[in-house]
Amino acid sequence: MARIEINQSLCKGCALCTLLCPEELIKIGNQINENGYFYAVFTENGSCKGCALCAKICPDVAIEVWK
Amino acid sequence: MSEKKIFSRPKTLKDAPFHFCPGCHHGIAHRMVAEAIDKYSLREKTIGVASVGCSVFLYDYFDVDVIEAPHGRAAAVATGVKRARKDKIVFSYQGDGDLASIGIAETVHTANRGENITIIFINNTVYGMTGGQLAPTTLLGQKTTTSPYGRDFMQDGYPIRMTEILATLEGTAFAARVAFTTPKNINMAKKAIEKAFQFQKEEMGFTFVEILSACPTNWGLNSIDSMKRVEEEMIPYFPLGIFKERKAADVL
Repeated sequence: MARIEINQSLCKGCALCTLLCPEELIKIGNQINENGYFYAVFTENGSCKGCALCAKICPDVAIEVWK
Repeated sequence: MSEKKIFSRPKTLKDAPFHFCPGCHHGIAHRMVAEAIDKYSLREKTIGVASVGCSVFLYDYFDVDVIEAPHGRAAAVATGVKRARKDKIVFSYQGDGDLASIGIAETVHTANRGENITIIFINNTVYGMTGGQLAPTTLLGQKTTTSPYGRDFMQDGYPIRMTEILATLEGTAFAARVAFTTPKNINMAKKAIEKAFQFQKEEMGFTFVEILSACPTNWGLNSIDSMKRVEEEMIPYFPLGIFKERKAADVL
């Protein structure tokens, strides 16, 4: 059981994390942050394995992983 | 069951948002350099040298001392810093317009002298900050603002492979080319950057890591398509791998 936390204000919505997540748990949401970007949102359904690939690819270091 | 944080921002990276465009790989390179500095506990004795280009704001993001070098001269400035303060770890962080074009003489001679510094070289095949002009590393046929019909070798020559050039020099201890396109490549990149700092710590000689990076804004692509372009167009011309790795026995 693992989870990630996406820092909404750092996210620029580049969607690289959505490409790498093996469980496809990250999607670009329909809300914008204070910089005007559609930020990524995490769906917590218990299948996140904490592989941290999303955090490793994130160019803005906006993701923290907990396991 | 208690949760444990397994991934967070490295200590060497300040808590400041990057100015880079969405999907730019500079941020990943910044994080990996910061993680390598953290791994060997070098934060108190590291001096960075920022070049001209998108990498110029190094001092805003790294919690180490940073000197700003004139355009292309980061390797020369790093040489001076290292010779004056031999106990410090010195790295420069340069783009392709800076290192492969205006600063190619400084870079080649720094490597040839075997200066004990680390250069992190970001190759995105274009001048990023100045508006997407043709760089020495621009691929054949690639359209830029100064090559609107695509790069033609009759007029502009062929793209330069910097890692191969520097790997032929005696002073170079470590030369590698990495990318951030797949999980395997990301792990390889992390190892290469850590090894470069480890070699400098062990005073093995000049260390060089070239990172193939995406520039979505100047390529006119979105972040996912630019990552595919790195994989499909750049890696076939700029092959990944470690081109030179000096063994400790070679130094003795």
